[in-house]
Amino acid sequence: MTEAVPVRFVAKNMRVDLELIAGMIEPGSRVLDIGCGDGALLDHLFRTRKCDARGIEIDMAEVTRAVTHGLPVMQGDADSDLSHYPDDAFDYVVLSRTLQAVERPREVLRQMLRIGTRAIVSFPNFGHWSLRWQLLATGRMPMTTTWGRMWYETPNIHPCTIRDFFDLCAQEGYLVENWLAADEAGRRAPWRRAPLLANLFGEQGLFLLRRDQRPKQP
Amino acid sequence: MDQTAFPEIPHRHETFTDGIALDCGVMLAPLDIAYRTYGTLNAARSNAVLICHALTGDQYVAEPHPLTGKPAWWGTLVGPDRPVDTNRYFVICANALGGCMGSTGPRSRRNPSSPEPWGIEFPPITVQDMVRAQKMLIDWLGITRLFAVVGGSMGGMQALAWASLFPEAVFAAVPVATAPYHSAQNIAFHEVGRQAIFADPDFHEGFYWAHGVIPARGLAVARMTAHITYLSEAALTRKFGRRLQGGSAMAPVLFGERFAVESYLEHQGSSFVRRFDANSYLCITRAMDFFDLAADHGGSLAAAFRGSKTRFLLVSFSSDWLFPTAESRAVARALNQAAANVSFVEIVSDKGHDAFLLDEPDFHRTVAGFLRGAAEAAGLP
Repeated sequence: MTEAVPVRFVAKNMRVDLELIAGMIEPGSRVLDIGCGDGALLDHLFRTRKCDARGIEIDMAEVTRAVTHGLPVMQGDADSDLSHYPDDAFDYVVLSRTLQAVERPREVLRQMLRIGTRAIVSFPNFGHWSLRWQLLATGRMPMTTTWGRMWYETPNIHPCTIRDFFDLCAQEGYLVENWLAADEAGRRAPWRRAPLLANLFGEQGLFLLRRDQRPKQP
Repeated sequence: MDQTAFPEIPHRHETFTDGIALDCGVMLAPLDIAYRTYGTLNAARSNAVLICHALTGDQYVAEPHPLTGKPAWWGTLVGPDRPVDTNRYFVICANALGGCMGSTGPRSRRNPSSPEPWGIEFPPITVQDMVRAQKMLIDWLGITRLFAVVGGSMGGMQALAWASLFPEAVFAAVPVATAPYHSAQNIAFHEVGRQAIFADPDFHEGFYWAHGVIPARGLAVARMTAHITYLSEAALTRKFGRRLQGGSAMAPVLFGERFAVESYLEHQGSSFVRRFDANSYLCITRAMDFFDLAADHGGSLAAAFRGSKTRFLLVSFSSDWLFPTAESRAVARALNQAAANVSFVEIVSDKGHDAFLLDEPDFHRTVAGFLRGAAEAAGLP
Protein backbone atom coordinates (compact mmCIF):
# COMPACT_ATOMS: atom_id res chain seq x y z
CA MET A 1 0.00 0.00 0.00
CA THR A 2 1.30 3.42 -0.82
CA GLU A 3 0.81 6.02 1.84
CA ALA A 4 0.22 9.56 0.67
CA VAL A 5 3.01 11.90 1.71
CA PRO A 6 1.62 14.03 4.51
CA VAL A 7 0.78 17.48 3.27
CA ARG A 8 0.83 20.09 5.98
CA PHE A 9 -1.44 23.06 5.91
CA VAL A 10 0.56 26.22 5.71
CA ALA A 11 -0.73 29.45 7.10
CA LYS A 12 -0.31 31.41 3.90
CA ASN A 13 -2.87 29.15 2.22
CA MET A 14 -5.36 29.82 4.94
CA ARG A 15 -8.41 31.87 4.16
CA VAL A 16 -7.47 35.34 5.21
CA ASP A 17 -10.42 35.70 7.58
CA LEU A 18 -9.07 32.71 9.49
CA GLU A 19 -5.95 34.77 10.10
CA LEU A 20 -8.09 37.56 11.49
CA ILE A 21 -9.77 35.00 13.76
CA ALA A 22 -6.45 33.51 14.84
CA GLY A 23 -5.34 37.03 15.71
CA MET A 24 -8.08 37.20 18.36
CA ILE A 25 -6.96 34.02 20.13
CA GLU A 26 -4.47 33.97 23.00
CA PRO A 27 -1.62 31.46 22.65
CA GLY A 28 -2.01 28.25 24.61
CA SER A 29 -5.79 28.46 24.94
CA ARG A 30 -8.42 25.77 24.48
CA VAL A 31 -10.35 26.30 21.26
CA LEU A 32 -13.34 24.60 19.62
CA ASP A 33 -13.84 25.40 15.94
CA ILE A 34 -17.39 24.65 14.82
CA GLY A 35 -17.65 23.98 11.11
CA CYS A 36 -13.90 23.65 10.92
CA GLY A 37 -13.82 22.25 7.38
CA ASP A 38 -10.51 20.56 6.68
CA GLY A 39 -9.06 22.03 9.87
CA ALA A 40 -6.95 24.87 8.47
CA LEU A 41 -7.57 27.09 11.51
CA LEU A 42 -6.91 24.22 13.95
CA ASP A 43 -3.60 23.45 12.31
CA HIS A 44 -2.64 27.12 12.34
CA LEU A 45 -3.55 27.50 16.03
CA PHE A 46 -1.76 24.30 16.95
CA ARG A 47 1.43 25.23 15.11
CA THR A 48 1.73 28.97 15.70
CA ARG A 49 -0.05 29.40 19.03
CA LYS A 50 0.30 26.02 20.75
CA CYS A 51 -3.43 25.92 21.30
CA ASP A 52 -5.38 22.82 22.28
CA ALA A 53 -7.67 23.22 19.29
CA ARG A 54 -10.44 20.82 18.29
CA GLY A 55 -13.06 20.86 15.59
CA ILE A 56 -16.57 19.81 14.64
CA GLU A 57 -17.50 19.50 10.99
CA ILE A 58 -20.72 18.30 9.41
CA ASP A 59 -19.24 17.14 6.08
CA MET A 60 -17.72 13.67 6.50
CA ALA A 61 -15.29 14.08 3.60
CA GLU A 62 -13.85 17.19 5.27
CA VAL A 63 -13.69 15.40 8.63
CA THR A 64 -11.75 12.53 7.09
CA ARG A 65 -9.36 15.00 5.45
CA ALA A 66 -8.77 16.78 8.75
CA VAL A 67 -8.23 13.60 10.77
CA THR A 68 -5.92 12.29 8.05
CA HIS A 69 -3.84 15.37 8.74
CA GLY A 70 -3.68 14.43 12.39
CA LEU A 71 -6.17 17.05 13.56
CA PRO A 72 -8.72 16.27 16.27
CA VAL A 73 -11.99 16.70 14.41
CA MET A 74 -15.27 14.93 14.88
CA GLN A 75 -18.24 14.66 12.61
CA GLY A 76 -21.04 16.60 14.17
CA ASP A 77 -23.57 19.34 13.85
CA ALA A 78 -23.58 22.79 15.45
CA ASP A 79 -27.31 22.52 16.07
CA SER A 80 -27.28 19.18 17.89
CA ASP A 81 -23.80 18.44 19.22
CA LEU A 82 -22.87 21.49 21.29
CA SER A 83 -25.23 20.55 24.10
CA HIS A 84 -23.02 17.52 24.87
CA TYR A 85 -20.08 19.65 25.99
CA PRO A 86 -19.72 20.70 29.63
CA ASP A 87 -19.79 24.35 30.73
CA ASP A 88 -16.55 26.29 30.28
CA ALA A 89 -14.79 23.50 28.39
CA PHE A 90 -13.06 26.02 26.10
CA ASP A 91 -11.52 29.47 26.19
CA TYR A 92 -12.78 30.24 22.68
CA VAL A 93 -15.50 28.71 20.57
CA VAL A 94 -15.24 29.71 16.91
CA LEU A 95 -18.03 29.75 14.36
CA SER A 96 -16.63 30.95 11.06
CA ARG A 97 -19.07 31.71 8.23
CA THR A 98 -21.50 29.14 9.57
CA LEU A 99 -23.97 31.10 11.72
CA GLN A 100 -26.18 31.87 8.72
CA ALA A 101 -26.43 28.17 7.89
CA VAL A 102 -27.49 26.72 11.24
CA GLU A 103 -31.06 25.87 12.17
CA ARG A 104 -31.19 27.88 15.38
CA PRO A 105 -28.52 30.61 15.41
CA ARG A 106 -29.56 32.09 18.74
CA GLU A 107 -29.42 28.71 20.48
CA VAL A 108 -26.05 27.93 18.88
CA LEU A 109 -24.68 31.24 20.20
CA ARG A 110 -26.03 30.45 23.67
CA GLN A 111 -24.35 27.05 23.59
CA MET A 112 -21.10 28.61 22.37
CA LEU A 113 -21.04 31.02 25.29
CA ARG A 114 -21.99 28.27 27.71
CA ILE A 115 -19.20 25.90 26.74
CA GLY A 116 -16.68 28.67 26.04
CA THR A 117 -15.67 31.83 27.87
CA ARG A 118 -15.52 33.69 24.58
CA ALA A 119 -17.10 33.20 21.18
CA ILE A 120 -15.68 34.28 17.86
CA VAL A 121 -18.31 34.56 15.16
CA SER A 122 -17.91 35.55 11.54
CA PHE A 123 -20.72 35.76 9.02
CA PRO A 124 -21.39 37.23 5.59
CA ASN A 125 -23.11 40.59 5.99
CA PHE A 126 -26.50 40.69 4.29
CA GLY A 127 -26.55 44.45 4.76
CA HIS A 128 -23.79 45.07 2.21
CA TRP A 129 -24.70 47.78 -0.30
CA SER A 130 -24.51 45.49 -3.32
CA LEU A 131 -27.14 43.16 -1.85
CA ARG A 132 -29.35 46.10 -0.92
CA TRP A 133 -28.95 47.54 -4.39
CA GLN A 134 -29.71 44.28 -6.18
CA LEU A 135 -32.87 43.72 -4.17
CA LEU A 136 -33.98 47.30 -4.74
CA ALA A 137 -33.12 47.42 -8.42
CA THR A 138 -34.18 43.96 -9.56
CA GLY A 139 -36.72 42.91 -6.98
CA ARG A 140 -35.07 39.49 -6.80
CA MET A 141 -32.95 37.70 -4.22
CA PRO A 142 -29.43 39.08 -4.57
CA MET A 143 -26.68 36.91 -6.02
CA THR A 144 -23.05 37.65 -5.17
CA THR A 145 -19.87 35.62 -4.68
CA THR A 146 -20.80 35.06 -1.05
CA TRP A 147 -24.53 34.66 -1.62
CA GLY A 148 -24.07 32.61 -4.76
CA ARG A 149 -26.83 29.99 -4.52
CA MET A 150 -30.46 30.29 -5.52
CA TRP A 151 -32.89 30.92 -2.68
CA TYR A 152 -34.37 27.44 -2.96
CA GLU A 153 -31.08 25.61 -2.54
CA THR A 154 -28.95 27.89 -0.43
CA PRO A 155 -27.69 26.43 2.85
CA ASN A 156 -27.67 30.00 4.19
CA ILE A 157 -31.11 29.96 5.72
CA HIS A 158 -30.55 32.64 8.35
CA PRO A 159 -28.89 35.66 6.74
CA CYS A 160 -28.35 38.65 8.98
CA THR A 161 -26.69 42.05 8.87
CA ILE A 162 -23.98 43.48 11.10
CA ARG A 163 -26.59 45.71 12.73
CA ASP A 164 -28.88 42.75 13.35
CA PHE A 165 -26.03 40.95 15.02
CA PHE A 166 -25.25 43.90 17.30
CA ASP A 167 -28.91 43.91 18.32
CA LEU A 168 -28.90 40.18 19.07
CA CYS A 169 -25.78 40.53 21.23
CA ALA A 170 -27.41 43.34 23.21
CA GLN A 171 -30.61 41.36 23.61
CA GLU A 172 -28.77 38.25 24.80
CA GLY A 173 -26.43 40.19 27.06
CA TYR A 174 -23.20 39.37 25.23
CA LEU A 175 -20.31 41.76 25.53
CA VAL A 176 -18.78 42.67 22.15
CA GLU A 177 -15.10 42.75 23.09
CA ASN A 178 -13.93 43.34 19.57
CA TRP A 179 -15.47 43.49 16.14
CA LEU A 180 -14.48 44.35 12.63
CA ALA A 181 -15.78 44.32 9.11
CA ALA A 182 -13.83 42.72 6.33
CA ASP A 183 -14.09 42.37 2.59
CA GLU A 184 -14.70 39.06 0.87
CA ALA A 185 -11.02 38.13 0.87
CA GLY A 186 -10.89 38.75 4.61
CA ARG A 187 -8.96 42.00 4.43
CA ARG A 188 -9.91 44.25 7.26
CA ALA A 189 -12.19 47.03 6.09
CA PRO A 190 -11.65 50.51 7.57
CA TRP A 191 -15.10 50.85 9.14
CA ARG A 192 -14.23 50.04 12.72
CA ARG A 193 -16.17 52.14 15.22
CA ALA A 194 -18.66 53.04 12.52
CA PRO A 195 -21.21 50.22 12.57
CA LEU A 196 -23.55 51.85 10.08
CA LEU A 197 -20.81 52.24 7.50
CA ALA A 198 -19.50 48.77 8.26
CA ASN A 199 -23.00 47.42 7.70
CA LEU A 200 -23.09 49.09 4.31
CA PHE A 201 -19.57 48.38 3.10
CA GLY A 202 -18.36 45.29 5.00
CA GLU A 203 -18.82 41.97 3.24
CA GLN A 204 -18.26 40.03 6.44
CA GLY A 205 -18.63 40.77 10.12
CA LEU A 206 -16.26 39.29 12.68
CA PHE A 207 -17.11 39.47 16.38
CA LEU A 208 -15.35 38.52 19.59
CA LEU A 209 -18.00 38.02 22.27
CA ARG A 210 -17.92 37.33 25.97
CA ARG A 211 -20.64 36.51 28.43
CA ASP A 212 -21.55 39.72 30.22
CA GLN A 213 -20.39 39.06 33.76
CA ARG A 214 -21.10 42.49 35.17
CA PRO A 215 -23.91 42.55 37.70
CA LYS A 216 -27.15 43.60 36.11
CA GLN A 217 -28.19 47.25 36.71
CA PRO A 218 -31.16 47.52 39.06
CA MET B 1 -17.54 -32.62 9.32
CA ASP B 2 -14.24 -33.29 11.09
CA GLN B 3 -14.90 -34.20 14.70
CA THR B 4 -11.38 -33.93 16.08
CA ALA B 5 -10.15 -30.94 18.00
CA PHE B 6 -7.59 -28.73 16.27
CA PRO B 7 -4.01 -29.45 17.36
CA GLU B 8 -2.35 -27.74 20.31
CA ILE B 9 0.62 -25.79 19.03
CA PRO B 10 3.19 -23.87 21.04
CA HIS B 11 2.58 -20.12 21.33
CA ARG B 12 4.96 -17.53 22.70
CA HIS B 13 3.55 -16.71 26.10
CA GLU B 14 4.26 -15.41 29.57
CA THR B 15 3.03 -17.13 32.74
CA PHE B 16 1.91 -15.00 35.67
CA THR B 17 1.93 -17.41 38.59
CA ASP B 18 0.02 -15.07 40.90
CA GLY B 19 -2.84 -15.10 38.42
CA ILE B 20 -5.61 -12.57 38.03
CA ALA B 21 -8.57 -11.63 40.19
CA LEU B 22 -11.60 -11.78 37.89
CA ASP B 23 -14.63 -9.49 38.08
CA CYS B 24 -16.72 -12.54 39.07
CA GLY B 25 -14.62 -12.95 42.22
CA VAL B 26 -12.67 -16.02 41.09
CA MET B 27 -8.89 -15.97 41.38
CA LEU B 28 -7.54 -17.46 38.16
CA ALA B 29 -3.98 -18.72 38.63
CA PRO B 30 -1.65 -19.28 37.00
CA LEU B 31 -2.43 -16.96 34.10
CA ASP B 32 -0.89 -17.50 30.69
CA ILE B 33 -0.91 -14.66 28.18
CA ALA B 34 0.13 -15.64 24.68
CA TYR B 35 1.28 -12.72 22.55
CA ARG B 36 3.20 -11.59 19.50
CA THR B 37 5.29 -8.47 19.02
CA TYR B 38 6.41 -6.70 15.87
CA GLY B 39 8.97 -3.91 15.49
CA THR B 40 11.33 -2.62 18.15
CA LEU B 41 10.64 -1.03 21.50
CA ASN B 42 12.57 2.24 21.70
CA ALA B 43 14.88 3.10 24.59
CA ALA B 44 12.26 5.33 26.23
CA ARG B 45 9.68 2.50 25.89
CA SER B 46 7.31 5.08 24.49
CA ASN B 47 6.43 3.66 21.06
CA ALA B 48 4.32 0.64 22.04
CA VAL B 49 0.99 0.07 20.32
CA LEU B 50 -1.35 -2.59 21.66
CA ILE B 51 -3.69 -4.21 19.17
CA CYS B 52 -6.81 -5.80 20.65
CA HIS B 53 -8.40 -8.51 18.58
CA ALA B 54 -12.08 -9.21 17.97
CA LEU B 55 -14.20 -12.16 19.17
CA THR B 56 -12.60 -14.82 16.99
CA GLY B 57 -9.29 -13.10 16.32
CA ASP B 58 -5.96 -13.89 17.88
CA GLN B 59 -2.47 -12.52 18.47
CA TYR B 60 -1.26 -13.27 14.93
CA VAL B 61 -2.26 -9.81 13.75
CA ALA B 62 0.52 -9.20 11.25
CA GLU B 63 1.74 -12.65 10.20
CA PRO B 64 0.18 -15.76 8.70
CA HIS B 65 -2.02 -17.81 10.99
CA PRO B 66 -0.07 -20.78 12.37
CA LEU B 67 -3.02 -23.18 12.11
CA THR B 68 -4.68 -22.14 8.88
CA GLY B 69 -1.77 -20.54 7.04
CA LYS B 70 -4.12 -17.68 6.09
CA PRO B 71 -2.61 -14.19 5.75
CA ALA B 72 -2.39 -11.85 8.75
CA TRP B 73 -5.91 -10.88 9.86
CA TRP B 74 -5.05 -7.16 10.07
CA GLY B 75 -2.14 -7.10 7.64
CA THR B 76 -3.73 -4.18 5.81
CA LEU B 77 -3.47 -2.02 8.94
CA VAL B 78 -0.46 -3.37 10.83
CA GLY B 79 2.99 -3.99 9.37
CA PRO B 80 5.97 -2.22 7.83
CA ASP B 81 4.85 1.05 6.17
CA ARG B 82 1.25 0.30 7.10
CA PRO B 83 -0.87 2.79 9.08
CA VAL B 84 0.29 1.11 12.31
CA ASP B 85 3.85 1.11 11.04
CA THR B 86 5.98 -1.60 12.63
CA ASN B 87 9.10 0.27 11.43
CA ARG B 88 8.09 2.99 13.81
CA TYR B 89 6.03 1.40 16.54
CA PHE B 90 6.50 -1.62 18.75
CA VAL B 91 3.28 -3.53 18.18
CA ILE B 92 1.97 -5.98 20.76
CA CYS B 93 -1.02 -8.25 20.29
CA ALA B 94 -2.11 -10.73 22.95
CA ASN B 95 -4.57 -13.57 22.72
CA ALA B 96 -7.57 -12.49 24.79
CA LEU B 97 -8.19 -14.06 28.16
CA GLY B 98 -10.67 -16.88 27.50
CA GLY B 99 -9.24 -17.46 24.04
CA CYS B 100 -7.87 -20.67 22.61
CA MET B 101 -4.56 -19.64 21.09
CA GLY B 102 -2.34 -19.94 24.13
CA SER B 103 -3.82 -17.55 26.69
CA THR B 104 -5.63 -19.02 29.66
CA GLY B 105 -9.12 -20.06 28.62
CA PRO B 106 -11.54 -22.99 28.64
CA ARG B 107 -9.02 -25.15 26.81
CA SER B 108 -6.35 -24.55 29.48
CA ARG B 109 -5.66 -27.02 32.24
CA ARG B 110 -7.73 -26.47 35.30
CA ASN B 111 -4.73 -27.10 37.48
CA PRO B 112 -1.18 -27.78 36.41
CA SER B 113 -1.07 -31.29 37.88
CA SER B 114 -3.95 -32.78 35.86
CA PRO B 115 -4.56 -32.81 32.10
CA GLU B 116 -8.24 -31.89 32.50
CA PRO B 117 -9.20 -28.59 30.85
CA TRP B 118 -11.53 -26.02 32.39
CA GLY B 119 -13.97 -26.55 29.56
CA ILE B 120 -17.47 -25.26 30.19
CA GLU B 121 -16.59 -24.65 33.85
CA PHE B 122 -14.19 -21.83 33.02
CA PRO B 123 -15.20 -18.85 35.19
CA PRO B 124 -17.20 -16.07 33.49
CA ILE B 125 -14.94 -13.27 32.33
CA THR B 126 -15.50 -9.69 31.27
CA VAL B 127 -13.93 -7.40 28.69
CA GLN B 128 -12.36 -5.58 31.65
CA ASP B 129 -10.77 -8.85 32.82
CA MET B 130 -9.24 -9.23 29.36
CA VAL B 131 -7.85 -5.70 29.64
CA ARG B 132 -6.42 -6.30 33.12
CA ALA B 133 -4.71 -9.44 31.82
CA GLN B 134 -3.19 -7.39 28.96
CA LYS B 135 -2.10 -4.78 31.50
CA MET B 136 -0.13 -7.45 33.37
CA LEU B 137 1.69 -8.28 30.14
CA ILE B 138 2.37 -4.60 29.38
CA ASP B 139 3.73 -4.08 32.90
CA TRP B 140 5.89 -7.17 32.52
CA LEU B 141 7.26 -5.74 29.25
CA GLY B 142 8.32 -2.68 31.25
CA ILE B 143 5.93 -0.31 29.45
CA THR B 144 4.26 2.27 31.68
CA ARG B 145 2.37 4.09 28.95
CA LEU B 146 1.14 2.66 25.67
CA PHE B 147 1.39 5.11 22.82
CA ALA B 148 -1.84 3.68 21.44
CA VAL B 149 -4.44 0.98 21.94
CA VAL B 150 -6.17 0.00 18.71
CA GLY B 151 -8.98 -2.49 18.30
CA GLY B 152 -12.10 -3.26 16.30
CA SER B 153 -15.41 -4.75 17.46
CA MET B 154 -14.65 -6.56 20.74
CA GLY B 155 -11.13 -5.15 20.36
CA GLY B 156 -12.73 -1.71 20.28
CA MET B 157 -14.57 -2.50 23.51
CA GLN B 158 -11.18 -3.34 24.99
CA ALA B 159 -9.70 -0.07 23.71
CA LEU B 160 -12.56 1.79 25.43
CA ALA B 161 -12.09 -0.24 28.61
CA TRP B 162 -8.33 0.43 28.53
CA ALA B 163 -8.90 4.17 28.31
CA SER B 164 -11.44 3.99 31.11
CA LEU B 165 -9.53 1.65 33.48
CA PHE B 166 -5.98 2.90 32.87
CA PRO B 167 -6.24 6.44 31.43
CA GLU B 168 -2.65 7.28 32.41
CA ALA B 169 -1.37 4.26 30.52
CA VAL B 170 -3.05 5.12 27.20
CA PHE B 171 -1.84 8.13 25.22
CA ALA B 172 -4.15 7.46 22.28
CA ALA B 173 -7.06 5.09 21.77
CA VAL B 174 -8.59 3.95 18.48
CA PRO B 175 -11.85 2.07 19.10
CA VAL B 176 -13.14 0.96 15.70
CA ALA B 177 -16.58 -0.38 14.72
CA THR B 178 -17.55 -0.80 18.34
CA ALA B 179 -19.99 0.28 21.03
CA PRO B 180 -19.99 1.20 24.71
CA TYR B 181 -22.33 -1.73 25.40
CA HIS B 182 -23.54 -4.85 23.65
CA SER B 183 -27.03 -4.19 22.35
CA ALA B 184 -30.05 -6.45 22.83
CA GLN B 185 -29.90 -7.34 19.14
CA ASN B 186 -26.24 -8.33 19.42
CA ILE B 187 -26.90 -10.42 22.52
CA ALA B 188 -29.78 -12.06 20.65
CA PHE B 189 -27.55 -13.09 17.76
CA HIS B 190 -24.94 -14.41 20.17
CA GLU B 191 -27.61 -16.44 21.92
CA VAL B 192 -28.67 -18.07 18.64
CA GLY B 193 -25.06 -19.10 18.12
CA ARG B 194 -24.76 -20.46 21.63
CA GLN B 195 -28.01 -22.41 21.32
CA ALA B 196 -26.70 -24.00 18.11
CA ILE B 197 -23.64 -25.19 20.03
CA PHE B 198 -25.75 -26.43 22.98
CA ALA B 199 -28.03 -28.34 20.58
CA ASP B 200 -25.18 -30.25 18.97
CA PRO B 201 -25.22 -33.85 20.37
CA ASP B 202 -21.42 -33.74 20.30
CA PHE B 203 -21.42 -30.86 22.77
CA HIS B 204 -21.93 -33.25 25.70
CA GLU B 205 -22.87 -30.40 28.03
CA GLY B 206 -19.52 -28.81 27.37
CA PHE B 207 -17.52 -31.96 28.17
CA TYR B 208 -16.93 -32.85 24.51
CA TRP B 209 -13.18 -32.96 25.15
CA ALA B 210 -13.73 -35.98 27.42
CA HIS B 211 -15.46 -37.77 24.51
CA GLY B 212 -12.72 -36.98 22.02
CA VAL B 213 -15.06 -34.97 19.78
CA ILE B 214 -15.96 -31.35 19.15
CA PRO B 215 -19.43 -29.86 18.56
CA ALA B 216 -18.35 -29.03 15.03
CA ARG B 217 -21.83 -28.70 13.57
CA GLY B 218 -23.09 -26.42 16.33
CA LEU B 219 -20.01 -24.23 16.29
CA ALA B 220 -20.15 -23.98 12.50
CA VAL B 221 -23.80 -22.87 12.62
CA ALA B 222 -22.91 -20.32 15.31
CA ARG B 223 -20.19 -18.98 13.03
CA MET B 224 -22.51 -18.89 10.02
CA THR B 225 -25.13 -16.89 11.94
CA ALA B 226 -22.51 -14.52 13.27
CA HIS B 227 -20.96 -14.11 9.86
CA ILE B 228 -24.22 -12.82 8.41
CA THR B 229 -24.18 -10.09 11.05
CA TYR B 230 -20.66 -9.09 9.96
CA LEU B 231 -21.83 -8.38 6.41
CA SER B 232 -24.40 -6.09 4.89
CA GLU B 233 -27.22 -6.86 2.53
CA ALA B 234 -25.45 -4.81 -0.14
CA ALA B 235 -22.23 -6.78 0.30
CA LEU B 236 -24.04 -10.14 0.16
CA THR B 237 -25.92 -9.06 -2.93
CA ARG B 238 -22.77 -7.78 -4.60
CA LYS B 239 -20.77 -10.93 -3.80
CA PHE B 240 -23.42 -13.61 -4.31
CA GLY B 241 -26.78 -12.23 -5.31
CA ARG B 242 -29.09 -15.15 -6.09
CA ARG B 243 -26.36 -17.00 -7.93
CA LEU B 244 -26.71 -20.78 -7.94
CA GLN B 245 -23.98 -23.33 -7.40
CA GLY B 246 -24.11 -25.05 -10.79
CA GLY B 247 -27.24 -26.60 -12.29
CA SER B 248 -30.59 -24.94 -12.67
CA ALA B 249 -32.90 -23.81 -9.92
CA MET B 250 -35.34 -26.63 -10.62
CA ALA B 251 -32.95 -29.59 -10.34
CA PRO B 252 -34.61 -32.36 -8.30
CA VAL B 253 -32.61 -31.48 -5.16
CA LEU B 254 -34.17 -29.23 -2.58
CA PHE B 255 -31.41 -28.74 -0.06
CA GLY B 256 -27.64 -28.80 -0.01
CA GLU B 257 -25.54 -25.89 -1.10
CA ARG B 258 -27.78 -24.66 -3.87
CA PHE B 259 -27.08 -20.94 -3.62
CA ALA B 260 -23.60 -19.47 -3.73
CA VAL B 261 -24.21 -17.63 -0.47
CA GLU B 262 -24.96 -20.94 1.28
CA SER B 263 -21.75 -22.46 0.10
CA TYR B 264 -19.85 -19.40 1.29
CA LEU B 265 -21.39 -19.60 4.76
CA GLU B 266 -20.79 -23.34 4.92
CA HIS B 267 -17.13 -22.70 4.17
CA GLN B 268 -16.95 -19.99 6.85
CA GLY B 269 -18.45 -22.40 9.36
CA SER B 270 -16.37 -25.46 8.56
CA SER B 271 -13.05 -23.62 8.43
CA PHE B 272 -13.81 -21.85 11.71
CA VAL B 273 -14.08 -25.09 13.70
CA ARG B 274 -10.53 -25.95 12.57
CA ARG B 275 -9.15 -23.10 14.64
CA PHE B 276 -11.60 -22.21 17.40
CA ASP B 277 -12.79 -23.94 20.55
CA ALA B 278 -16.54 -24.07 21.23
CA ASN B 279 -16.21 -23.40 24.96
CA SER B 280 -13.97 -20.42 24.19
CA TYR B 281 -16.62 -19.13 21.83
CA LEU B 282 -19.28 -19.44 24.54
CA CYS B 283 -17.04 -17.77 27.10
CA ILE B 284 -16.03 -14.80 24.94
CA THR B 285 -19.47 -14.13 23.46
CA ARG B 286 -20.69 -13.93 27.05
CA ALA B 287 -17.94 -11.47 27.98
CA MET B 288 -19.08 -9.22 25.13
CA ASP B 289 -22.73 -9.52 26.23
CA PHE B 290 -21.78 -8.37 29.73
CA PHE B 291 -20.02 -5.28 28.40
CA ASP B 292 -21.72 -2.03 29.42
CA LEU B 293 -19.28 0.73 30.22
CA ALA B 294 -21.91 3.26 31.31
CA ALA B 295 -23.57 0.80 33.71
CA ASP B 296 -20.20 0.39 35.44
CA HIS B 297 -20.20 4.15 36.05
CA GLY B 298 -23.63 4.80 37.48
CA GLY B 299 -25.25 4.93 34.05
CA SER B 300 -23.07 7.76 32.80
CA LEU B 301 -20.75 6.97 29.91
CA ALA B 302 -19.04 10.34 30.34
CA ALA B 303 -18.12 9.32 33.89
CA ALA B 304 -16.14 6.43 32.44
CA PHE B 305 -13.83 8.96 30.79
CA ARG B 306 -13.88 11.90 33.20
CA GLY B 307 -10.63 13.84 33.17
CA SER B 308 -9.21 11.64 30.43
CA LYS B 309 -6.09 13.00 28.73
CA THR B 310 -6.22 10.24 26.12
CA ARG B 311 -6.62 11.27 22.49
CA PHE B 312 -9.41 9.27 20.87
CA LEU B 313 -10.14 8.34 17.30
CA LEU B 314 -13.53 6.69 16.87
CA VAL B 315 -14.27 5.06 13.54
CA SER B 316 -17.53 3.54 12.36
CA PHE B 317 -18.64 2.20 9.00
CA SER B 318 -21.81 3.38 7.29
CA SER B 319 -23.21 -0.11 6.53
CA ASP B 320 -22.28 -1.69 9.88
CA TRP B 321 -25.59 -2.64 11.49
CA LEU B 322 -24.00 -4.76 14.23
CA PHE B 323 -22.10 -1.81 15.71
CA PRO B 324 -23.87 1.10 14.01
CA THR B 325 -22.49 4.62 13.75
CA ALA B 326 -25.00 5.86 16.34
CA GLU B 327 -23.14 3.85 19.00
CA SER B 328 -19.78 5.37 18.10
CA ARG B 329 -21.44 8.78 18.08
CA ALA B 330 -22.75 8.12 21.60
CA VAL B 331 -19.17 7.46 22.69
CA ALA B 332 -18.00 10.63 20.91
CA ARG B 333 -20.64 12.68 22.71
CA ALA B 334 -19.76 11.14 26.06
CA LEU B 335 -16.13 12.00 25.41
CA ASN B 336 -17.19 15.57 24.55
CA GLN B 337 -19.03 15.68 27.83
CA ALA B 338 -15.82 14.58 29.55
CA ALA B 339 -14.01 17.32 27.57
CA ALA B 340 -11.72 14.67 26.08
CA ASN B 341 -9.82 15.04 22.82
CA VAL B 342 -11.84 13.14 20.25
CA SER B 343 -11.81 12.60 16.51
CA PHE B 344 -14.74 10.75 15.03
CA VAL B 345 -15.15 9.54 11.47
CA GLU B 346 -17.76 7.41 9.76
CA ILE B 347 -16.23 5.65 6.77
CA VAL B 348 -18.57 5.13 3.82
CA SER B 349 -18.51 1.44 2.95
CA ASP B 350 -21.05 -1.17 1.89
CA LYS B 351 -19.10 -4.01 3.51
CA GLY B 352 -20.86 -4.01 6.86
CA HIS B 353 -19.11 -4.68 10.16
CA ASP B 354 -16.40 -6.67 8.37
CA ALA B 355 -15.20 -3.45 6.70
CA PHE B 356 -12.78 -2.79 9.55
CA LEU B 357 -10.78 -5.88 8.53
CA LEU B 358 -10.89 -5.16 4.80
CA ASP B 359 -9.14 -2.87 2.39
CA GLU B 360 -10.75 0.49 3.16
CA PRO B 361 -8.32 3.22 2.05
CA ASP B 362 -10.14 6.06 3.84
CA PHE B 363 -10.07 4.10 7.08
CA HIS B 364 -6.38 3.36 6.73
CA ARG B 365 -5.52 6.96 5.86
CA THR B 366 -7.52 8.15 8.85
CA VAL B 367 -5.73 5.85 11.29
CA ALA B 368 -2.33 6.70 9.79
CA GLY B 369 -2.99 10.45 10.02
CA PHE B 370 -4.38 10.24 13.53
CA LEU B 371 -1.38 8.25 14.78
CA ARG B 372 1.00 10.66 13.03
CA GLY B 373 -0.66 13.62 14.75
CA ALA B 374 -0.69 11.80 18.10
CA ALA B 375 2.98 10.83 17.71
CA GLU B 376 3.81 14.48 17.15
CA ALA B 377 1.86 15.46 20.27
CA ALA B 378 3.54 12.67 22.25
CA GLY B 379 6.95 13.85 21.09
CA LEU B 380 7.75 10.52 19.44
CA PRO B 381 10.64 10.82 17.01
